[in-house]
Order: sequence, then structure tokens, then C-alpha cells
Amino acid sequence: MLEKGLSGSSLYKGWMAFLLLLIGVGVLSYSQQYQYGLGYTGMSRDVSWGLYISQFTFLVGVAAGGLMLVLPYYIHNYKAFSRITILGEFMAIGAVAMCLMFIMADLGQPLRALNVMLHPTPNSMLFYDMIVLNGYLFLNILCGWVVLHSHYKGVKYPKWIKPFIYLSIPWAISIHTVTAFLYCGLPGRHYWLTAILAPRFLASAFSAGPALLMIIAMILKRTTKFDIGREAQDKLVTIIGYAAILNFFFVGCELFVAYYSNLPGHMHTIDYLFFGLEHDGHMYNNLVPFMRFSMAAGLISIPLLFVSRAKKCDGMLVLACALLFISLWIDKGLGLVLGGFVPNPLEYITEYYPSAGEVAITVGVWAAGFFIMSLLYKIAITVTLEHEA
Amino acid sequence: MDSNRRKFLKIAGLTAIAGVAAPSAFNSLLRGEAVASTGHGESAAPAVAGKQYGLVIDSKKFLADPSLAERCVSACHSIHNVPDFGNKKDEIKWIWVEKYANCFPEHSHLKRNEALEQTPFITMCNHCAKPPCVRACPTQATFKNKDGIVMMDYHRCIGCRFCMAACPYGARSFNWRDPRGKDEMGKPFIKRFNRDYPTRTRGVVEKCTFCNERVLRGLPPACVEASAGAMIFGDLNNPSDPINEVLKGNFTIQRKPNLGTSPSLFYII
Repeated sequence: MLEKGLSGSSLYKGWMAFLLLLIGVGVLSYSQQYQYGLGYTGMSRDVSWGLYISQFTFLVGVAAGGLMLVLPYYIHNYKAFSRITILGEFMAIGAVAMCLMFIMADLGQPLRALNVMLHPTPNSMLFYDMIVLNGYLFLNILCGWVVLHSHYKGVKYPKWIKPFIYLSIPWAISIHTVTAFLYCGLPGRHYWLTAILAPRFLASAFSAGPALLMIIAMILKRTTKFDIGREAQDKLVTIIGYAAILNFFFVGCELFVAYYSNLPGHMHTIDYLFFGLEHDGHMYNNLVPFMRFSMAAGLISIPLLFVSRAKKCDGMLVLACALLFISLWIDKGLGLVLGGFVPNPLEYITEYYPSAGEVAITVGVWAAGFFIMSLLYKIAITVTLEHEA
Repeated sequence: MDSNRRKFLKIAGLTAIAGVAAPSAFNSLLRGEAVASTGHGESAAPAVAGKQYGLVIDSKKFLADPSLAERCVSACHSIHNVPDFGNKKDEIKWIWVEKYANCFPEHSHLKRNEALEQTPFITMCNHCAKPPCVRACPTQATFKNKDGIVMMDYHRCIGCRFCMAACPYGARSFNWRDPRGKDEMGKPFIKRFNRDYPTRTRGVVEKCTFCNERVLRGLPPACVEASAGAMIFGDLNNPSDPINEVLKGNFTIQRKPNLGTSPSLFYII
């Protein structure tokens, strides 16, 4: 079945070559980082996690978002999602692969990564994160591949795979919950120390993941004969839209608690993210334009989503999904992690600017994830279309 | 018939489990409350058996001798081969001097008195009785020693920096680049190399270890030795240790006591 990924149109080949180029630049940059140390990045003593860990956090959400397609199809037997479910599983594989690459890129001593298994430490949330992420990767490869292979053979998937599919559903929730627990269990970081972090992560995941999937589905509709169907598309809009509403409701809860309680520690980071913080006569606000754009884009995207469905306008739908995805990416992939370090425990402010090499590595990892996804999608789509022909 | 019996056994079994489990769960909940009610980390010395080394820092003596604090800092950094990269981004520090406002950000004063403003406050790892960094570390590379010192295993650390995010005191530094290297001018980052103490490698976290290598030999930490009596080191869990007399005889404060970390550093204000 794998061979289906090796041939394709010139568009497919060109896309894969482009991704390979980006991966190559990323690998070169990583070799420089490996030689020099993590000082190669823009991270510092005060902002000790940067782009890598924030991308990791966001992508765990994208991976967990696959759940929103698996659940209706396998649990509620929602037939309209029959074509899109496999896309969700394969998106999860690509996203988790990116997560693992980002973690490796962020380690000061990557060759010692196995210490997490050699010295298992159940009191560390990172230990559980290692288990759930690798487990989720395994589950999605297994379920996705077995179901697709049965499809390829023209038979229904075997019964023994069902328990694994059911297991993958709570597992998807666990990956993002544990990832939130990395942050919200730390006593000294006010912005992260909130019980709503895990629910907020899940809500943003359940809209960002399916939003990306919708964009991909629309691209496939234009470039191949693969159409997920109007019903699935419309249902997906409902899922993305409600999850996005929930996400912004949770954000609103955060804002209320911070500003109504008037607790300085709770307000500091939010002030920094949306208005900038002044310290010793200097204004620190490098994330303000991003965060304001994120808020505006997210809030606009929700009505846009539903209008696009009413008008059956795919262009508007893609725009709405793209705005929402970028909004959530900024919120979680930039603001959450970077903002949490401002101000530092001694109430100094250090701003973070990623280095060029760090950006190249980040882009390289994203490209690698999309490479994996594109390959898997190519196989899945070819098999599905051949089966139908 | 059979299925009825099975049902009955199931219910009976579950009831028995619940009967046994519920009171003990309830008890442990009550215990949790009892701990919480003892307050905001007031119990500096934890309820663990064994030692808990701690430090009393007499800020009045540091005010009286303005250069004293820097002498303590350099005493530590020189013997521990702490590199100086000459920039804030790569900075590594085990012990350093802070203003009152930054050392104790949660203590607000409408008009801070002049003396407090001018007092240099020595800060370092608090060797918490309940350290969040140790809780966060995925490899036990940072761990609580039997004598209460929060230690680092530089050979096990994977450099994930979870401990840096977890530490509420900003006490931890990361080797962003090779500390054994040289700058563009050819000057080594470690100004004076002490052969009696190991250097670190890039990609690991480091911090104050209360001079565990000296304490084992019965010596006080280097900063305490350099402080000419402005810092008192001792075992908080040993009632006959003089440090406990100092704590009883003075008004002291801890950094961020409300976080439940039970820091082992006490400041005489």
C-alpha cells in the first residue's frame, strides 16, 4: 500500500520536494544548534522555553482534535464522516510526530532523552506526557493503517481493532490534559496556574484540529477527486464553531477572574499580552499586535464559519478556518508559553525574540510533519478513490 | 438464577470495597486539611525525618557593609567554576544580589524605608522542603538529598528546563552554550578554573547546592564563610543547632511563603 505514496501528479511531487527543501534547511540549522548548544535560539534564563515548546503545546492540540472525527463515526456510527475519519487519524500522526520532534529539538542533551524511561519518575508530568504522546502515536498508526488496509482489500475492518479505536478516544483527551498539567501545576507561574487550562486547551484543540482538517479537505476537493461530502463538511462546521465558542468563553472566564479579582499576579501576564507592561520606564509589548490580532481573528471567524455554511461558500469557509487556526496558533503557540514567563519570578521583564536558526528549525519540523501527513493522505486518497472506481 | 447470584456477588463486593475505602479516603482528606491549616509554609522545617539545612541571612549586616554581598557572591562563583558569558541571555548564577522589591515582590510597602531600599539582598536556591523543581524533573536529575539539600545530577539532566519553569525563585540557570569555551577574544568564560570542582557541560541546568561538597567535610558553605557572620548555616531540624536560636531570637521572613514550598532561607529584616 505504501507504494501509492511514491508516485503522483507533478503538483504532489512539487509539494513534497518543497517540503523536503524546508526540512533540509531545518536539519542544517539543527546541526548548528547541536554544535553550539541551545544558546543558538533566542531563549534565555528568564524565558527558558520558546518556540519549540510552544509549537509542541499547540500541536498536541491539533493531534487531539482528530478525536472530533473519530468519535462521531465510530461511537455514534455517523456515516457521513466515513471518508474524513481517516484524514483525522493521519493528521494526528503527523501532529504527534511534530510534537516529538519539537521536544527533541528543545532538549539540552537530546542523547539523554531515554533517561525519562530509564529513570521513570511518576511525580513528573513530563513522564506521563512521554507515555501518552507515544501511546497516541502508536494508536493512531495502528488504527489508521488497519482500517485503511481493510479498505484497500475491500473488506470491513477486523473486529479486534475496535477496542483500540475506542481506547484512542479517551487517549486523545489525555494527551492534551497532561500537556496542560505540565503548566498548570507550577506554583509560581500565575498565568498558567488555572484549573481551566486543561478544558481551555481541549476546546481550542477541538476547533484548531478540525479547522486544519477542513482546510486540507477543501484543498483536496480542488486538487483531487476526493470530496468529503456536503453533510460531513456542514457537520464539521458545527464542531469547529461550537468548540471555538467554548474556547473564547473560557478565555473570557480567565479575563474575568484576573480583572475582577484585581490580583496583580493574575493581571500581569494578560496586561503584558494585550496592552504591554511597563518596567523601569521601558514598555515591553512585543506580543501585543499578535495577541490582538489573534483575538480579533478568532472572534470574526466564528460568525464567518456559520455564514459560509449558510451560503455554501467554500472560499469563505476556508478563510474562516484559516483565521481561526491562526488565531488559536497565536494564542497557544505563542502567547501561552511565552507570556507565562513574563514577568519572571523576581518581577523583571525579559522579552523573547526567536533567532533565525530557531525559526528555520521550527519551520523544518512543521514541514516534516506536513510531509508525513501528505504521504499518508496520498495513500489514503488513492486507496479510497481506487476502491470507488 | 446464576445471573442473579453473580449480580448479588458483584454488588456485595462493590459495597465491601466502598465500605473499606470510603473512611480511609475521608481520613486522608481530613489529614490534607490539617496540613493546609498550619498555614502558609510556616513550618519551614518539614515533617520529614533527617536533616534540613537552612540559612539565616542578616540583611542588617549586609546594609552595614555594602561590599559584603558581592564578596559572598564571588566566593561562591569562583570556587564552583561558574562561567561568566558577559551577557544577560546566557547568564549563569548560583547566588546573586537583589533589591528588596525583587527579592520579595509580594511584600508591598507604600513608602519603603531608605535602609530597606539600599540593603543588598543575597538570593540563591531556597532548598525548599517541598521543592516544585524536584516534583517537575522527569529524570530525578534534581533531587532532595537526605540532608535537605536540593541537588543536581549533571550527568542525568536531559536539559528539558521543566525545573526552571517550576522554580518560583528564579534560582536555576541553564548552560545555553559550552561553559568551558572561550569568547571571541579568546578569554575563557570560567575566569579562574578551580581544579577541585567539576565544570559543567552545555545543555544542563545548574544552581546552588549549598556547597554540599564542603558541608560533607564539615565546612560551612563558601558564601557563609565569606559573610563574616552575616549568614548563619545550620540544620533546621536539629533543635540544638544554633541556627534555631537565631530564628527564635529574630524577626525573619521567607520568600513567597504562600506557595507552600517551605523555603529554607530566612531573612532578618
